[in-house]
Amino acid sequence: MTLLIGAVTMGLILSLLAMGVLVSFRILSFRDLTVDGSIALGGAVTAMLITSGVPPLVATLAAFASGAVAGSVTGVLATKLRINGLLAGILVMTALYSVNLRVMGKSNIPLMSHATVFTGVQRLAKSDDRWSLLVWQAPTQDAWVMLFVFAAIVAAAALLWTYFQTRHGLSMRATGDNPDMIRALGVDVGWMIVAGLALSNGLVALAGALLVQYQGFADVQMGIGMVVWGFASVIIGESLVRGKHVGLLIIGAIMGSVLFRLLVAIALRWGLNPNDLKLVTAIFVLAALVLPDLLTKFRPRAGKHTAEVPAHA
Amino acid sequence: MLELHHLRKTFHPGTPNEVRALRGVSLTIDEGSFVVVIGTNGSGKSTLLNSVAGTFLVDEGRIQLAGKDVTRWPEHRRAKHIGRVFQNPFTGSAPNLTIAENLALAARRGQSRGLGWALRRAELAQLRDQVREMGLGMEDRLSNVIGSLSGGQRQSLTLLMAGLQRPDLLLLDEHTAALDPKSADQVIRLTESLIRKHRLTTMMVTHSMQQAASLGDRLIMMVRGEMRYDFRGEAKRRLTPDAILAKFEEVRRIDQLDESAASLLRRRYV
Ligand SMILES: Nc1ncnc2c1ncn2[C@@H]1O[C@H](COP(=O)(O)OP(=O)(O)OP(=O)(O)O)[C@@H](O)[C@H]1O
Ligand SMILES: [Mg+2]
Repeated sequence: MTLLIGAVTMGLILSLLAMGVLVSFRILSFRDLTVDGSIALGGAVTAMLITSGVPPLVATLAAFASGAVAGSVTGVLATKLRINGLLAGILVMTALYSVNLRVMGKSNIPLMSHATVFTGVQRLAKSDDRWSLLVWQAPTQDAWVMLFVFAAIVAAAALLWTYFQTRHGLSMRATGDNPDMIRALGVDVGWMIVAGLALSNGLVALAGALLVQYQGFADVQMGIGMVVWGFASVIIGESLVRGKHVGLLIIGAIMGSVLFRLLVAIALRWGLNPNDLKLVTAIFVLAALVLPDLLTKFRPRAGKHTAEVPAHA
Repeated sequence: MLELHHLRKTFHPGTPNEVRALRGVSLTIDEGSFVVVIGTNGSGKSTLLNSVAGTFLVDEGRIQLAGKDVTRWPEHRRAKHIGRVFQNPFTGSAPNLTIAENLALAARRGQSRGLGWALRRAELAQLRDQVREMGLGMEDRLSNVIGSLSGGQRQSLTLLMAGLQRPDLLLLDEHTAALDPKSADQVIRLTESLIRKHRLTTMMVTHSMQQAASLGDRLIMMVRGEMRYDFRGEAKRRLTPDAILAKFEEVRRIDQLDESAASLLRRRYV
């Protein structure tokens, strides 16, 4: 039960990562690899600020801003300097590794003795309280943290959905769907991509901020492979909700992220070597990308089109 | 309304693939005029419309639109004045957005897009009325994604979208070429009624002699990046499809003559 609550909480926190990847990969059709760097950036900024006495909530919001800046840099490289989008992301991701080390001052910052955004919630119960459901038991504090994270994610998802219903958000969706059309309707596609990548990486950094506060430390390596995890969540989510409406996609990303963490927890429980986790994830994503195409090839004209929209940068 | 002065555009300059797509085109189009543009493949018709729309900047020349010098303006800035329908029905609308969302985007062409609600109830009702007026029965499908429509339906919607915000200039580049004859007829009828209703200044590229003869009050013919013929008023009204075909034949003969003269010179001097 403790394991289950842990996996769900983790999945909920990382659903911010999934939402970020949803915005870049799916809404904007931009394969943004900045993610690995910006999730660690969010964690680094949060840890550095919290240890220097800044209130945890402020530190968390600052993490969002730092991620937005990182995303904008990738966006400007790709649209204004016309660097290939994949390369722009890789460049910023690589640069961020050094930036993160600078921010943290060392490669690992423990937060154990500091208050975090979760501290207030944890105080709702005593540390040895148990919460029980049928035959299962878990620390009540963990349950409260999970509920709190759930509420925060619902709020973030609602905000994101609301944004995509505004004129600006709708123009952003159109930018990813058909840049020629939206340009002919008067939208500066380049700046729209910059804005989208800022939003995307802001969300990703927010995931990093919550992650370090939840696990109690920040590590400069924490971003490695995160873009693939986020993408895996998005893919799982898409197969769960089967719809193209933004609301469904967002809900899918959250569900996908939680389900993905649960699968990981189960796999580890069954004896999967943690070191193999990233390999397994990569193979899983590869299969998810390739299988639908293979299936439609073997059953010509049966399935619906799953072909990817090509990235335009 | 639109003034083009000595426009030149060369693609891939200085390479073996160099194409001089526009070689000094000057043209003035009056407010409310409907200009049909014809010419052989590769004669520069699309390049002409694209330079007006700002898809790329011209190498030389000046473009004056609605009293403003827009020569150096990027495409998205010119969009405030220009409505467009493209040859490919997929170019003009966003397939994964709903009909209503596409219309709402077009209704604010060239305006700032802040954090206001994109689809207000009142606005939606207004858009629905406009779609109903088109008479294609799409008013009950506004929440369907555009990708689920046929090419003809998409093209009709793109036309409607181009007119939602009255444009100073409407650019149509072979917008019926990818459609079956029945849909093409329908789109042409819509085009005529839209232009009449809003008294739109229009440039329309077509390969159909029928359309070229029956539509518009002016006809220009592009040949190798130049404007070779310009019929207006009575001269345009008298043009029949056969007469236009005869012009094409004439151009072909002259060009062949040019060709053989050139090779003669080459043989003699190179
Ligand atoms: N973006 C581009 N890059 C390179 N060459 C181009 C580009 N656009 C047009 N061209 C070339 O410029 C010339 C004129 O092309 P344009 O598309 O204007 O012709 P068109 O009159 O519209 O022909 P069509 O009837 O086939 O549409 C052609 O030789 C074409 O290959
Ligand atoms: Mg053309």
